[in-house]
Formats: sequence, C-alpha cells, structure tokens
Amino acid sequence: MADASSIANNGVNVAALVAAREELTKAPAAAQFKWRAACEWKDGTHSHSTVEGFYGLGQEQHHKKTFIFDADHPELFASEDKGATPVEYVLVGLASCLTAGIAAVAQYRNIQLRSVTATLEGDMDLQGILGIDDDVRNGFGGIKVTYKIDADAKREDIEALVAQSQKRSAVYDIVTNPTNVTVVVD
Amino acid sequence: MSRCLCDRSIDHVVLERGEVAHTWRTERWDSLRLLTPNWQSRLPGFSYNGDDPDGYRTVAEVIEFIASYAKAVSAPVLTHTTVTSVRRTETGYLVRSDQGDWLCRAVVVASGACNIADVPSFANRVPRSVMQLTAQDYRNPEKLADGGVLVVGASSSGTQIANEIHRSGRPVILSVGEHIRAPRVYRGKDLEWWMDAAGVLDERYDEVDDIARARRVASLQLAGTPDRSTLDINALTEIGVKLVGRIGGISENGKAQFSGSLRNMCALSDLKMGRLLDRIDEWAQRNGLDARANLPHRLPPTRVEPAPRLGMDLASGEIKAIIWATGYRPDYSWLEVPVLDRKGRLQHDGGVVSLPGMYLMGTQFMRRRKSVLIDGAGDDARDLSAHLTSYLDSGVARIRA
Repeated sequence: MADASSIANNGVNVAALVAAREELTKAPAAAQFKWRAACEWKDGTHSHSTVEGFYGLGQEQHHKKTFIFDADHPELFASEDKGATPVEYVLVGLASCLTAGIAAVAQYRNIQLRSVTATLEGDMDLQGILGIDDDVRNGFGGIKVTYKIDADAKREDIEALVAQSQKRSAVYDIVTNPTNVTVVVD
Repeated sequence: MSRCLCDRSIDHVVLERGEVAHTWRTERWDSLRLLTPNWQSRLPGFSYNGDDPDGYRTVAEVIEFIASYAKAVSAPVLTHTTVTSVRRTETGYLVRSDQGDWLCRAVVVASGACNIADVPSFANRVPRSVMQLTAQDYRNPEKLADGGVLVVGASSSGTQIANEIHRSGRPVILSVGEHIRAPRVYRGKDLEWWMDAAGVLDERYDEVDDIARARRVASLQLAGTPDRSTLDINALTEIGVKLVGRIGGISENGKAQFSGSLRNMCALSDLKMGRLLDRIDEWAQRNGLDARANLPHRLPPTRVEPAPRLGMDLASGEIKAIIWATGYRPDYSWLEVPVLDRKGRLQHDGGVVSLPGMYLMGTQFMRRRKSVLIDGAGDDARDLSAHLTSYLDSGVARIRA
C-alpha cells in the first residue's frame, strides 16, 4: 500500500458505493434489482441480444444506450462466426465482474492500480453437448482465471484483493453455485 | 455480572432454566474441550491456580469451574426457573417464569449466543435414510451408523467433529465455506496468549471499521487439543478427510450440490491468518519480544485438490449421516419487547440494549473482541454494571420507579 498520505485513484467512486450501501441497509426493498436481456434469432446459430432496461431502486432504469451482443459459433462448427460463442460470453461476464470488483476493493483499501489483466480459460469436453457421453456435463469442467496485476501493494495485499473480489462477485457466485432457472414458452 | 452487581450493592436474582452451566451440561459433545487455555478463564476475583495453565478444560471441568465460581461469589441463582417472557411495564420490566413473576427495573439478557443450531432450509430434502444431527446434539461417533459422514461447516465445531468421526473409521467429507484458520501454538506460545498480550482481544466494538460485519464473522478455527496441535483443514486432509465446497442446495431427489468456491474460501482464510500473524510479529518486535519467542514462521497454504467434487447423491448410501456444524443463533423468542431488528438480531450499543434498563452479555464482539469468551465477561460486566447503576440512580429511572 502507498503511504497513508497518498490517495489512490482507480476511477471508482467509493464514497458513492459506501453511501449506497448505507442507504440500501436502511431500505432493503430498494435493493431488489432485476437484470434483463433480450435475444433474437437471426440465422443458423447466429443470434442478436440486446441489453437496455433494468429495474432497481424501486423503479425502471435504463442504460445510456442499448448494448448489442452478437453470438454465434466458429466456422469449425460449420457456423459463420458472426460473434463470440455463448460460453465465451460467460467468461467475459466472469472476467469483467471480478475485474470491476478488484478495482472497487483496491479503491476502498487505498491501493493504486497501474494495470490489471486477466486471461480466462474454460475446459469443455464436447462429448457432453453432442450427446456422445451422458457422464460428461455440457458446461465447463473447470475455469481457470489468471490475473497479472501491477499495483502499489505487497503480493499478499494483491492476493487479498483478488480473493475479496471473488467473495463479493455476482458472476462468480452464479458460476460456482446452483441457480433455479425457469424457461417458459409464451 | 452478578458479582459486579453485588460489588455495587444492587439487589438482583439470576434466573437459570436448569443447573448452573446448563448448556455445558446438555448441549456439548463428549470430547469437547474449551478452546481457550486454562489460564485465560479469568473472572472477577477468580482465576486458574492449577498446575496446567496451558491445558484446555474438558466439558466436566468447565461445568465444575462455572459452578464453583457461582458458589464463590454467592450468586443468588434460582435454578430450574425458565423465563417465559419479558415485557415492558411503567416502571421497568415484568419477567414471567414457570416459577412465578418478577417486577424489576433492569434486565440483563445473558441467555447465550448459541441457543439454536442454524441449519439451512434445504435440510428437509435430505433422504430419510440419512441421519441428521447438529453440532449441538451430536455426542460421539459411536452414536452414528457405520459408513460415510458429511460434516457441513469447517469452523471450530465442524473441524473437531470431522476429526473424531474420521478417526473412528467413518470416512468424512467436509463441506467448507467461510472459516478462519489459526495455528494453535505460534512461536512457542498459544495463539490466545498472543492475541491477549497484543491487545487484539481487547479491541473495542467502537474501534473496528464495520462492527456489524465483525459480529457475523465465524469464530477462529481453534480446538482445545490436548497435545496443542493445530487442527486445520490440512490436518484433516492429512488423515484422509475429503473436502467439498460450501453446500449450495439439495435437489428434490436428494442430490446435494457443492459450490465451486472451495479454493477461494481457503485462500481467504490463509490470507486472513497471514494478516493476524503479521500483526503479532510486528507487535512482538515493537515490544522487544523477538529474542524471547521462537522465530516467526508461516503455515503451508491450505491444500485443495485440483477438482473437488461438486455433487453427491445423498440417497446412494455413500453417507449415512450429516452433521450440520453451520453455526448457531440466539433464541430471543421470549423477549416481548421491541428490541430486535428485521433480521431478528438484538439491537444494542456495546451491550446497552436500545430499551432503557436492558443489557446484554456474552455475544460475539458485543463490547470487545473477547466478549464471547469466558475471559471477556469480567470487563464487560464491570462496564455494563456501572452503566446499569447510573441508570438506576438517574432521575428518569427514579421517577418511573
């Protein structure tokens, strides 16, 4: 950690986060959020997803613009490769969630970050999704995340940032714990 | 508290639903030993003078210790008196018990932090063929069927129970969530000695960053091992205990799922232990103890196999019993006064409850880090009995009385 007199600036507004935490402790109903995405099939394995509105703080909310995500499969799967595969989006979600958490925790602990990079790798045995072997699961067998972090802190403090980020990460929780999923047809 | 009230000549009674040290007589497993060393159980005007200051009391010895203290201070204890409700009156409180009612101006809630074993709601999906016990009603391995046992929780209770069950020949799978690893002996001295000497145990509730969080933190993974060995996760995997992540749920057909977060749970715990030992080392250096204590050292990281299993069919016969060592909560169902928050926690400021004339004793980090230890009762009782006395002496109380 830098000396006590210097204030780290990682571009995270910790004061706002701390204030939000206090407000939502007092008003737990406002803490109930709903995150949404919409998806439309295009052609083949190509789909077009959008993210725009969500619900929180007791009312409908909107992103500043509509975000668009094309998903497809690579040519190796006889697809046209018009976007990342859905499982790669899972890796993107995990990486961006953990990385945002690292920045926020670092700011809170007054640790100046200079660079944070992560590489992710998920192992998958295709015998699962192809129905070749029922003993093989469809999803990842495991995910490996490797961080390289340059910051004004001891190695243990950097490791503690990464550990705390996992402890408080939504996507890490979603990936490591079961979630009830209900799919209906209107 | 009774002793401190006597010192201040405050008339009082101590109501006890059973015998003195009731929970120690009825809610502890057979082999348990106190996790603090003998020398550390210091009560006002009473401390250990035996020949094994570094040992850990057995359950029988703890009962004897508490009972002899009650006798030594002539505490006005009414045994076999179960309090059924506490209500507010114009002048104070009405305390109802199965032995009659009491009107009083002040009440001290010292009913304990560990009345109810906390078990996750999905425990009702465990197949009937599997025996379920909590750390509160578990007694010894012989009461369990032969076969595998799933122990859920890796704090002090879970690790001790997992250890003795596995050693009895029943293979144990330990489900590990958040826990705080700690060496029993560090640099030649009990960890409790360091925490006591360095002032860690005396840290006050109004000095820590986030007291709500500090009060929720699991207790240290310490055990009163007769040979003073460290009973951590590495010691358990050494004898063959298998690890799984925190239990995330049980499906309707009896399949348990374990979290993939095991590695991070162990990493968090190792890092937290490292910070505690760093703090102790810095304190030792600052206070010139480096020459007298053994050299600083660190324990090897907690070993986790590359791909711990994520599921288990509880109906398969692989395990015959589950022990839930998933923590405890207090029972305040008899408090008919508005002092609980929306999560059922008693609202208080260092043991001074939000209603005038009501006080708390013996809960996690109530007033100091040591508040939950026997050794913490003395300082807390001295502070709170002073507050209670000035409350009784205050105009408000006198007018109301």
